[in-house]
Amino acid sequence: MATGGYGRLIKDGLWSNNQALVALLGLCPLLAVTNTAINGLGLGIATMVVLTLSNVTVSIIRHWVRAEVRLPVFVLVIASFVTAVELSMNAWFYELYKILGIFIPLIVTNCAIIGRAEAFASKNSIARALVDGLAMGMGFALALTVLGAARELVGMGTLFYQAHLMFGEAARGLTLTIGDDFKGMLLAILPPGAFIGLGFMIALKNLIDRRLASARREAVSAVQAEPTVG
Amino acid sequence: MIKHPIVTAGIILFLFAVAGVGLVALIHVLTAERILDNEHQALLQKLNALVPAETIDNDIVGDVVTVHAPEALGIPENRVHLGRLAGKPVAAVFTSVVPNGYAGRINLLVAVRVDGTLGGVRVVSHKETPGLGDKIEEEKSDWIYSFNGRSLGDPEIGKWKVKKDGGVFDQFTGATVTPRNVVAAVKSTLIYFRDHGDRLFQQAER
Repeated sequence: MATGGYGRLIKDGLWSNNQALVALLGLCPLLAVTNTAINGLGLGIATMVVLTLSNVTVSIIRHWVRAEVRLPVFVLVIASFVTAVELSMNAWFYELYKILGIFIPLIVTNCAIIGRAEAFASKNSIARALVDGLAMGMGFALALTVLGAARELVGMGTLFYQAHLMFGEAARGLTLTIGDDFKGMLLAILPPGAFIGLGFMIALKNLIDRRLASARREAVSAVQAEPTVG
Repeated sequence: MIKHPIVTAGIILFLFAVAGVGLVALIHVLTAERILDNEHQALLQKLNALVPAETIDNDIVGDVVTVHAPEALGIPENRVHLGRLAGKPVAAVFTSVVPNGYAGRINLLVAVRVDGTLGGVRVVSHKETPGLGDKIEEEKSDWIYSFNGRSLGDPEIGKWKVKKDGGVFDQFTGATVTPRNVVAAVKSTLIYFRDHGDRLFQQAER
């Protein structure tokens, strides 16, 4: 775990060990709020902030916390940060806060966060924990946003609906609508749509990984074959 | 000095609890005022959409009476916001509830002017099916505006139904229950206002 540069950490967070698509952690908020891209992005960013803060804090305190009480301490740290984020969102992003509602407190139960605290931050330096938190959080936020965008596009025929909740009134124009007569496929924004959408995303990721792996294998065998040719 | 590991562990846990609570308390103090202000503004905005700000001069958010009429208004305690101009009643905004939506309760704001006409109706929160029953939302369709200016005489009381039931209000394709029960709740609020409206404003003055 302690080996590998920051590039490796970032790649893990965004792709190879993406918490939502590979580790399949934090599915409850993932599936529940992703009916629009903006909702997904909002919860994704909130999760990223909490994950980064908790990773850094856990790394700072890793030498002082005894093994017996480390999990309760981690939970305490995470719960405090979540409450802080919740209050801040209530104060500065009130409309978005009302939509995300109970899913903000539920960040506490997102296993991805305590998972990273236990598996990574408690064993690594502060800088590495920070990068890991940011990368893992970004990977999670990205998965949420993409799933939200896909469901919104299929389900309502729009993209970035209610963007002003997050970026202010100026962003009202960001909302894209594909054809006024497109009524949307209701299934996509209902709960089953979340499972189906996530399934497709995981399948797509695996497909890309397989393509990449076989491309690499071909490249390797081409290199090995070269001397005999030359 | 007690060196029992579990005691040390307990002390560490305690210190973290104190630090955590301290952080939350600090953020709470920093944001409390802003959050209250947000809630106030959000409510004021909703109320002003139904009772325009220029038609009243009182604090409609704070001028509230609580009425107990669970049968008529859907919830045991209905907070009614009162709008006045120079002390004279202008409109009452009921926080009525549709107890029997397709998927649970639907919270409404029903603004009734003193002459018994509707200033308008808005859905505050609901759990209706997206794409079907959620057309009661202002953002999704204009249906909720069909209440604007209506009263118990317009349409006549027997026509306060969706078209499918012989009334004048549209239902939605694939969702009749939702609009049917919203219409019933608005009608019931209007009847309550007809019978008890005067008392509301007097009650608040006491």
